[in-house]
Amino acid sequence: MEKLLQIEGLKVEFKVYEGLLKVLNGVELALEEGERVGLVGEAGCGKTTTMKCVLRILPSPPGRITAGRILFRGQDLLRLPLQRMQRVRGRGIAMIFQDPTAALNPVFTIGDQLMAVIRHGSRDAMNKKEIRRRAIAVLREVQLPDPERILANYPIQLSGGMRQRVCIAMALSTEPELLIADEPTTSLDVTIQDQILRLLNALVERRGTSVIFITHSLGVVREMADRVYVMYAGSIVESAPKGELFSRPLHPYTQGLMRAVPKLTGGGIAEGIPGRIPDYLNPPPGCRFQPRCPHAWERCSQAPPPLKEVEDGRQVACFLYEEGA
Amino acid sequence: MKVLKFVAKRLLMSIFVLFGLSILIFLVSRVLPGDPVRMALGPRAPEWAVQNMREQMHLDKPLYVQYYYWLSGALHGDLGQSLFTRRPVMDDIKEFLPATMELALFAGLIMAIFGILLGAVAGRYSNTWVDNTVRIFSYVGVVTPSFVFAILFLLLFGYLLRWFPTAGRLSAGIPRPPAITGMVTLDALITGNWAALGDALWHMVLPAVSLALGGMAQEARITRSTISDNLRKDYIGAARGFGVPERLVMLKYLLKPSLIPTASILGLDFASLLANAFLVELIFNWPGFSRYGINAMLRKDLNAVSAVVMVLGIVFVIVNILVDLVVAGLDPRIRLGAERGK
Repeated sequence: MEKLLQIEGLKVEFKVYEGLLKVLNGVELALEEGERVGLVGEAGCGKTTTMKCVLRILPSPPGRITAGRILFRGQDLLRLPLQRMQRVRGRGIAMIFQDPTAALNPVFTIGDQLMAVIRHGSRDAMNKKEIRRRAIAVLREVQLPDPERILANYPIQLSGGMRQRVCIAMALSTEPELLIADEPTTSLDVTIQDQILRLLNALVERRGTSVIFITHSLGVVREMADRVYVMYAGSIVESAPKGELFSRPLHPYTQGLMRAVPKLTGGGIAEGIPGRIPDYLNPPPGCRFQPRCPHAWERCSQAPPPLKEVEDGRQVACFLYEEGA
Repeated sequence: MKVLKFVAKRLLMSIFVLFGLSILIFLVSRVLPGDPVRMALGPRAPEWAVQNMREQMHLDKPLYVQYYYWLSGALHGDLGQSLFTRRPVMDDIKEFLPATMELALFAGLIMAIFGILLGAVAGRYSNTWVDNTVRIFSYVGVVTPSFVFAILFLLLFGYLLRWFPTAGRLSAGIPRPPAITGMVTLDALITGNWAALGDALWHMVLPAVSLALGGMAQEARITRSTISDNLRKDYIGAARGFGVPERLVMLKYLLKPSLIPTASILGLDFASLLANAFLVELIFNWPGFSRYGINAMLRKDLNAVSAVVMVLGIVFVIVNILVDLVVAGLDPRIRLGAERGK
C-alpha cells in the first residue's frame, strides 16, 4: 500500500548566536491513507518542527533543513517548486496549531482569514457567495453559535476555546487529505480540552481524514491514534500500534514515559524520568537518550542506534533489541 | 459616528492640556533673565520710553493680571504685538507657519513612506546585505542631526552638482501663486499653476529630505524589527501553510499588524521635525515658523514666544489625535478596548 506521507532522515538545524542547534536528527515517520497516528514526546523534542517542515513553514532563518526527504503521495515536498507546493497546502495537508491565539492574525476578522483559506486552499474555485456559504457551514460544523456574527468578529472577541474551534474550522474547510493537529488542546482550559478532542475526533471520523496527532499526553494518544510514534530529542525512538505500545513498551524512554503517567489505581506521585532533554548545541554522542537511560552501556555513546523493525509493525531505535544482544 | 465621538472627546481633553501649556509657557518666558522691553528698544533708549512701553504691555502689573490680559486677548484671536517685527503676532504666524507646515508635511511624507519601505524590505530579508545596508543607514540617520545633512546636501547637490536650488521657496522668475493656504505647492496645485508647482517642489527637495532623514531612519528601524519578529509568528506560518499566496501573506497579513508600532511613533517623529526645522530653515533660507520661534526666544519676544509654543502645541495635539485614529484603524484590539468603555 502506498504511503500517504513518508518522512525519511529529516535533519534540521537552527542557527543561533551561540552556534548551531542540531534539533532534528534524522526523523523517520510514515503514515498510510486513512491512518491516525500519534506523535508523542516531551516539550522541545522537535514534534512541531518536524510538522512545520512538512508544510515548509519553518521560519528560516533561523531554521534550516539540512537533509532528508518528505514524500507526500510519492512526491518530495522539500524539492517541489513553491507553486506546486501551494497546491499541497490546504487541500493536501492542513495544520491546527498549538496556540490558537498565536495562529490567528490579531488585526483581521475571522471571516477575512477563514475565507482567504477557503479561497486559496480549496480544490475547487468558488465565487464570493459560495466561499461565504462554505465558511458559515464549517463554523457550524465546529459547533460555534451564530456563525454569521463570528465571521465579523476579531480573534480577541472570542474565548480560547472558540478560537481553537475557528482554527479547526479553518483546517477542515479545505477538506485536507492529511490533518496535522499540533497539541490542539494544550493551551486550553482543562474543562474544554475534552470537548475539543471529542469534536475533532468526530469530524475526522466522519470525513475519513488521515491525522497526525501531536501530543505530550499518552492519555490523549490512547483516544486519538491507531499507531504511535515516540519521539525523543530530534528522532523517533519507537513506533508501534497503540495497543502493543501500551501493553509492552520497548524503548527505555517509552517505558519511562509510561511510568511518568499517574495511575488511577496506584496512588502516589508518578515516577518521571530523571534528567532533561539534552543540549542541542552539543548533543551527547551516540544515542541522545543515553545520559538518562537506566540500561545504557558503552556502545550507546559510540554511535546512535538506528530505527529498526524488531517485530511486525514495531520499530525501535535501541541497542537492547539488536540481534544477539 | 464612533470616530466623531472619539475625536470630540480627545479635542475636549486637549483644551485642558493647552490651557496648562499656556500657563507654563507664560511663566517660563517671564522668569527668564533679561528685560524684554530693554532688549527690544536697545541700550540707548531713554528710560521713560522703556517705562512707557512696559506699561503699554502691562508688564508692570502682577503676573496673574498679565496672564488675564493675555488669555482674554488670545481667546479673541489677538496674541499681542511682537516686540521685534512690530506687528500683531497673528500676522507673523500667518506669514511664517504655512512655510514650515509645508516643509514638515513633505518631510513627514518622505519619512513615513521611505522609512516603512526600507524597514519592510530589511525586515523581510533580515540578515542579508539589503538588511545590513538599511541598518547602517539607520544608525547613521539616527545619530546625525538634520542640520549636518542639510549642510552636506547644500554643498554637494546645491553648489557642486547644481541639481537643486540652494535657498528660498521659488525661483526668481516665477510669480508666487495667490496665497490661499500659504503653502506654495498647495496654492499652485489649487490654481493649476503647474510651473510654480514644479518649481516649488524642486525647492523643497533638499530641505525636506535633510529634515526627513533622521525620522526616516527611526521608522525604518522600528518597521524592520516588527516585520522580522512577526515573520516568525504562527499566524504567518498558518496563512502560508493553508496555501494563501506569498504575496498576499506579505502585503496584507504581515504588513498590517507590523505597521502599528511604526504608526504610533510617527506622531512623535513629526513633532521632532518641527523642532529640527529651525536649523534647516536657517541653512536653506526658508522663511519659516521654527526660525521665527527661535529668534523670538533668543530676543525674549514674550508674545511671540507664547504664540509659537501654543501653535506648536495645537499642531502636536492634532497630529496625536490623527496618529491615534490611524493606530485604532489598524488595530482592532485598541478599537474594541476603547468601545468597551474606559
